[in-house]
Amino acid sequence: MRWNWEWRVANVVVRFFSRVGAPLTDAIVKFGFACRFFVAVLRHTPTSLLRFSLTLREIWFAGVLSVLIIGVSGLFVGMVLALQGYDTLVRFGASSSLGILVALSLVRELGPVVGALLFASRAGSAITAEIGLMKATEQLAAMEMMAVNPIARVVAPKFWGGVISMPLLAAMFSAMGIFGGYLIGVQLLGLDAGSFWNQMQSQVDFRLDVLNGVIKSAFFGIAVSLIAVFEGFDAAPTAEGVSHATTRTVVTSALVILALDFVLTAFMFRGA
Amino acid sequence: MSDALVQFDQVRFAYGDAPVISDVSLSVARGQVVAVMGGSGSGKTTLLRMIGGQLRASAGTVWVDGEDMGGLGEAALYERRKKLGLLFQFGALFTDLSVFDNVAFPLRERTNLPEALVRDLVLMKLQAVGLRGAAQLMPNELSGGMARRVALARAIALDPQVMLYDEPFTGLDPISLTTIGSLIRELNDALGAASIVVTHDVAESLAIVDYVYFLAGGRMIAEGTPEAVKASEDPFVRQFIRGEKDGPVPFHKPAADYALELGVARG
Repeated sequence: MRWNWEWRVANVVVRFFSRVGAPLTDAIVKFGFACRFFVAVLRHTPTSLLRFSLTLREIWFAGVLSVLIIGVSGLFVGMVLALQGYDTLVRFGASSSLGILVALSLVRELGPVVGALLFASRAGSAITAEIGLMKATEQLAAMEMMAVNPIARVVAPKFWGGVISMPLLAAMFSAMGIFGGYLIGVQLLGLDAGSFWNQMQSQVDFRLDVLNGVIKSAFFGIAVSLIAVFEGFDAAPTAEGVSHATTRTVVTSALVILALDFVLTAFMFRGA
Repeated sequence: MSDALVQFDQVRFAYGDAPVISDVSLSVARGQVVAVMGGSGSGKTTLLRMIGGQLRASAGTVWVDGEDMGGLGEAALYERRKKLGLLFQFGALFTDLSVFDNVAFPLRERTNLPEALVRDLVLMKLQAVGLRGAAQLMPNELSGGMARRVALARAIALDPQVMLYDEPFTGLDPISLTTIGSLIRELNDALGAASIVVTHDVAESLAIVDYVYFLAGGRMIAEGTPEAVKASEDPFVRQFIRGEKDGPVPFHKPAADYALELGVARG
């Protein structure tokens, strides 16, 4: 009887550890696979960039078709920023600095981050779904059997299409946002246009603010594109598997973008 | 057999601990059409994937045109696959490309032929499967039988030496069935290739093949020419050819004791 009792406790402990440990080891295995996948994508990059028409097609699908949502969102975010910023700044008699506030918020933070979040849900999910469905319908296997490497032909162009599109979309988001800020600040609230633009021009540093924003969005572009192509390639070849993979792309991308943003911001703007 | 294009020597394959293929030997010569028959889950598709090098044998050797597929690196494997054509069960056409571009895909990707020549070749391949008139359609506009014929035209685009067919007859109407069957035979003879048809469609395949292998539970349990197979007294072959429900292949998947599982008996 005594032995039986100890046996049960041991059993519960073992079960506890295997239940806690299994997701952890699964995650580590998946991360390792993602790293090897990334290396494979990089290895096949020259082939896909030499046939630039393939990448160009992906820039069209991921980038150009995202212009509308990015532009409209940027405009609205800029307008909201101006309304909220004006309300705060006017209490300190600093309403003429509205241009600086809008521009710095956008190029440093909101352009890259919100742009990347929108990009992940608009283009990343589409990339995952397309690759996942190609896998589910054996199109990737067929390609392999025709001696065409699907990573070189399908995955790498989609990856680079995303990487190239992301900074451009983020820049467009910021530009539209600043225009929205101008509309609200100058046209609606009646600030002086000269001081709005002049202060912005003198206070926004190209290297420290604009370039750092571009670097951020480049990192986000790599992260989102890699997550999107990887989840598609790793999807279970069923309808359910593709739907899960698409969800995972959006969720993982959002978390990675925000975490990466904190790390990058900490490096770029500490005390500056 | 030195003139065999495809040869299996005591091949074994397992997913983890579960054996899928055990000690399979077979050989297919140039000009031959061979059927590999067996029920669902008997390891037929695994066999094809090993010939294509998508899976590697755990033991034994898979020879394709005198080369060991298991020992090839990635680059050599891709080189070797140029000699192979595989027709997938449901065609696996690229849904974002037209019929023409699907057939042109291997030509454009694997050769440096001028576009005018690619066009002529594609039209010739489509003519061979009778679908030149469908060149501008998209895959979602095709019926199941037509999609498979387009996939067949794509598979033969590079004039492969070995043609592999994964369940080519599944889900086709009687007319498409006969069409695909005679295409398999004619294309094999025209290409001077070796063909392996993995199937469980007895009547259609016995009509076109030169030799039949029977696979059950991952083992090669019988083989012979279609005539020999039809006359065979082997219980498994008889069950399979006549489509009997119970026999050496049991109706029931092995399970725990029935009475015990329902709780009406104590173990």
